[in-house]
Amino acid sequence: MSATPQPRVRMPATAKAGEIVEVKLLLSGHDMESGQRKDKDGRAIPRKIVNQLVVSFEGEEMLRVEMFPAVAANPYHAFFVRVPKSGIFRFSWRDDDGTIYNAEHKVTVG
Amino acid sequence: MTRSDEIDRRALVAGGLSLGLGLALAAPDAHATQGGVDAVLKKLTGGNTPQSGRISIDLPPITESGNSVPLTFDVQSPMSADDRVRSVHVLADGNPNPEVAVFHFGPAMPRATGQLRIRLAQSQNVVVVALMANGEAFVARREVKVTIGGCAG
Repeated sequence: MSATPQPRVRMPATAKAGEIVEVKLLLSGHDMESGQRKDKDGRAIPRKIVNQLVVSFEGEEMLRVEMFPAVAANPYHAFFVRVPKSGIFRFSWRDDDGTIYNAEHKVTVG
Repeated sequence: MTRSDEIDRRALVAGGLSLGLGLALAAPDAHATQGGVDAVLKKLTGGNTPQSGRISIDLPPITESGNSVPLTFDVQSPMSADDRVRSVHVLADGNPNPEVAVFHFGPAMPRATGQLRIRLAQSQNVVVVALMANGEAFVARREVKVTIGGCAG
């Protein structure tokens, strides 16, 4: 199968206190195998999708996205967060097999 | 393109055109989940009829491939402590499973907006349901015409 999925984060590195900024996330290189396809011999290909994305800031959960097989390969999400102060945003994607793919992004308020 | 697309294409070619046509014709009835969306809606709203309005959906009306269809939803809400969106549920009535994704918005989120890419097995309605902190529910539907499906081969 494909190589280890690579989380990619796009959001500003600096912000004003309380500013609303857009976050764009991509988990590149994940097939999101739906479990509904068959291989060329007619055997069902087992499901393997990323079923959850959690976004937190300084330990507080901000957004949680549950995903089903109808989410496309290389899952992409965009949304808005408020930056109350300098700190670290953490992003973690949970795979069906239990693997967690982590990324973090520091935003400085100044 | 992704690896899954290559497998789909190869399987289709290997299976021959007649098999491909057969699957395409059989797929809509075999996979349709119109009743499934209603059941999920009922569960989410506790049987109450959800209101219309507040939700805007950005989705292409026609798409050549159902493999990766960009969807943006935006729910009008001040996102204050007592008037905010708790969760947004994305459903699709023509997929094998009606559920697509659920966004749980924490109290610190400034906007109930989200963007993602979804799979659509055939032409169908995408349904977005917003559940408010005060127990209200809103719903919006958008029809998408899909030329090539995005689920099974």
